Amino acid sequence: MKKYLPLIVLALALIYLGSTLREPESRPPFDLTAFGRVPVLLNGRIKPLDTVARTSLLTLQGRQKVVTPDGSRLSPGEWLADVLFYPEKADTYRHFLIENGEVLDLLGLRPEDGDGGKRFAYLQLRAKAPELERQGRLAEAVETPLRTPFQRQVITVRTRVILFLRLKASVLLPDSADTHAELLALQKELPLGTAAMQAQGRGEPHDAERIKTMRTLANRFAYMEQLGYLRAVPPEPGNGDPTQWATLGGVMQESLLSGKIHPRALAYASMGDAWRKGEAERFNGITRQFHDELEGRYASAMRKSDVEARFNAAGPFYSSMVLYVIAFLFGVGSWLTWADSLRRSALFLLTLAFVASTVGIFTRMWLEGRPPVTNLYSSALFVGWGAVLICLVLERLHRNGVGSVAGGMIGLATLVIAHHLSMTGDTLEMMRAVLDSNFWLATHVVVITVGYSATYLAGFLAIIYILRGVFTRSLDRATSDALMRMVYGVVCFATLFSLTGTVLGGIWADQSWGRFWGWDPKENGALIIVIWSAVMLHARLGGLVKERGFMGMAVFGNIVTSWSWFGTNMLGVGLHSYGFMDSAFFALVVFVGSQLAIIAISALPLDRWRSFKAMV
Amino acid sequence: MKDSLLALRSFFVSIRLTVVLLVLSMLLVFVATLDQVNLGIWAVQEKYFRSLMVYWTIPGGGLAIPVFPGGYLIGGLLLANLICAHIYRFKLTWRKAGLQMAHAGIILLLLGELFTGLWQRESFLRMDQGETKSFSESFHAVELVIMDTTEPDSNRVVAIPEAALADRPAVQHPNLPFRVQIKTYYPNATLQMRAQAVAEATASVAVATMGAGTQLAMIPLPITYKHNERNTPALLLELSGTEGSLGTWMASVQLGAPQSFTHQGRTWEIALRPKRYYHPFAMTLMKFSHDKYPGTEIPRNFSSMVRLRSDDGQDDREVLILMNTPLRHRGQTFYQAGFDNNDTTTILQVVRNPSWLLPYISCVMMFVGLLLQFGQGLAGYFRRRKGLSTAAAS
Repeated sequence: MKKYLPLIVLALALIYLGSTLREPESRPPFDLTAFGRVPVLLNGRIKPLDTVARTSLLTLQGRQKVVTPDGSRLSPGEWLADVLFYPEKADTYRHFLIENGEVLDLLGLRPEDGDGGKRFAYLQLRAKAPELERQGRLAEAVETPLRTPFQRQVITVRTRVILFLRLKASVLLPDSADTHAELLALQKELPLGTAAMQAQGRGEPHDAERIKTMRTLANRFAYMEQLGYLRAVPPEPGNGDPTQWATLGGVMQESLLSGKIHPRALAYASMGDAWRKGEAERFNGITRQFHDELEGRYASAMRKSDVEARFNAAGPFYSSMVLYVIAFLFGVGSWLTWADSLRRSALFLLTLAFVASTVGIFTRMWLEGRPPVTNLYSSALFVGWGAVLICLVLERLHRNGVGSVAGGMIGLATLVIAHHLSMTGDTLEMMRAVLDSNFWLATHVVVITVGYSATYLAGFLAIIYILRGVFTRSLDRATSDALMRMVYGVVCFATLFSLTGTVLGGIWADQSWGRFWGWDPKENGALIIVIWSAVMLHARLGGLVKERGFMGMAVFGNIVTSWSWFGTNMLGVGLHSYGFMDSAFFALVVFVGSQLAIIAISALPLDRWRSFKAMV
Repeated sequence: MKDSLLALRSFFVSIRLTVVLLVLSMLLVFVATLDQVNLGIWAVQEKYFRSLMVYWTIPGGGLAIPVFPGGYLIGGLLLANLICAHIYRFKLTWRKAGLQMAHAGIILLLLGELFTGLWQRESFLRMDQGETKSFSESFHAVELVIMDTTEPDSNRVVAIPEAALADRPAVQHPNLPFRVQIKTYYPNATLQMRAQAVAEATASVAVATMGAGTQLAMIPLPITYKHNERNTPALLLELSGTEGSLGTWMASVQLGAPQSFTHQGRTWEIALRPKRYYHPFAMTLMKFSHDKYPGTEIPRNFSSMVRLRSDDGQDDREVLILMNTPLRHRGQTFYQAGFDNNDTTTILQVVRNPSWLLPYISCVMMFVGLLLQFGQGLAGYFRRRKGLSTAAAS
């Protein structure tokens, strides 16, 4: 058993990873997989409906899981189909996350009415929607840093409700019991209406009643055009301009002039009708038709859209997270018993988790056509990835489980951070003009992020040293020497990358706005990391600190790096404040507190270190 | 004597000094970053980095006491420490080459920042579509100009820089047939209709007897350091010719057009305007483009198509200036910085920095140096490992 354990673990982990790659489950008879792959234009890029569904869910409620009031579970695709086509049902889904008691009071809700006490349905808050709108506008007038938690939550909830209303206005006509039937009837009437309007324009006799009907229609289409979320209608064949993708409301406005209803509008209405009536055959047929039409024209966008839907379903970062946890546990276990067998199992798991993360990161890079780090979310992925890569090398060199434990810990922590950062919506964002430079994204951003990885890794290795030394007897001379060498080596590595990355950032700034250094908070944050690395190296060189002091300093590096990575963004000033998030502030404070506690522990006198007692 | 010199030397080459200075600089940078929320980036640079000491004003008392070494002091000491240690410990050996090189790179970087602080000049060039300009304007500094605009194709300009205005000088200049006496000067002031100001008693109404100022009053404001606000100076000046006073004019950056008057048959204009830097070439904005990602308001690119013509006829070409792709021309660099007026006006940042190349060189030196140093360490580690394992095997 002991001997074969690593192989068994490896086989199980491979089976687990393989299982995530299966063709995602399609709820027959509806082919929701194909539906999820229908591309639309949103936020500047062509993306599959599956991504729209998942990112909308994350924005609305912070998770992708939806449970209907009768207790059945919906896939993101099913949920989106209901929101787009069956709003009566979607209105009952409790998918609005509201986490503030005052906001609940404002909306007349009680926690016990909600799913888990904090998720509510549109039906429940509809009555108080005007009040939410009013309070939201009041709160928006206040500068961001000065807003109270109530004001912040009001704005967030209002944004969530607006997103939901915009999704609902994408396909269905407002105030229509049956959009499809109405459009079919309109198809016959419209030429007469258009003719009447033209007659009126020429000052000839015309049917006043028809003109009135046309006016009402125009208002309803305008509502859809203004509010509608999805740009679902590609431009005419031959027109490759992506800015020309239109909303269904937009093409229907045009139909008032042309007298002909756009086939896409009819097709979407028919699709909705089929979904409502449970006619899977028709639904699937229209989905196929969409694919066939777009396949030739947007071959590469369609391929990306397909891969993205598969990528969403496979969730490689989630699988990595699971494997990192187990790798960490096995690694720690190897210090207590079954040393070799558990250690190798942990290394296998860490390697597989790393492979899954790598595949995920490369897929994102290919989808986006960008270097790995483009926003805060992807920086979290990459910090973890870089640290784990160094851990794999360390584990290969030292074979003492330390690499697996540190790798598991950092891999997990960074993926959890990334998960929380993904709540704001689609993480494959368009790059603002200032940041739109693949060369600098690939050099400055990558190098500085590797610097973060290394500084964190040094800190976590030091934590292992301190906790093992103080609380266990397992830190023998060989292990503590090895850890010291590891931390020192990683700090050197961190210095090299932080320094080069920071200076490269200065050069980018010089290239793009003419200042090498502007004392922007993010620049200062990076500078502080560099200075701290230099302090550590010089303090050790000058004999100001010995082994334990150096470890304490390495832990302080975690604080310095977190400040640079997140703290500076919380200041909300400067060119780099692209990811302002105040909810993370609390987490940051807790983390800093924990690191200070560990540094305090490291300062305990030698005779309180269980591992070193014998030596004193 | 010798002992104290030795002590001084060991102080300046000591690694403890390095560590202390580094820690101090870290604290300085951290506190300065926090203070940006209150003061803005511009004021923070003046208070923390471009100063020898950081002063703290006792609340209410108005007394400022130095509480922390400033950027120039720490940076200067660090530079001295670095150079001294570098010279003192310099040995031309392969083993030390990496470290020496990295530290030389840091010295170069610090020097580069010093030179930048001394020599860099930033200004901006604002052009409407179709407009031609051969000068850029300062972000902060203003100048008082008095121009003889009688000739249709050339103006004679006398400019008095802002720094000189505060002393309220009397200026006599060979190009001016009158003397200029600055009577009142406010570094930041807003304008109000005089009738209203009198009614509300918001300003002591100093009187201009000529020009637009006869209708207006100046209301002094505190100097602002916010990065999105700029100071708008205003002043009163009196002109006197041989036969006595010609009158008193008000000048302010807030007055759009220059005020003109005639004197002895010639036409003159007075204006207080952002300081101008003239270039030996002219630029014409052909077209400004502002692309957005489809279906969003996220800017994808800003670019200015500019025609560049030099006065000496050497250059006449069209250049595209876009984000991350500036134009470098005759020691100046033009960056796409902003836009206005519904995308028909471009704002270019114009930077003259003779030492711009130093950070590039120092970056390469530091990277190569550290790589060499740590690479040697790593190689040594692997040699020892190999030695250990062969020893164990035998």
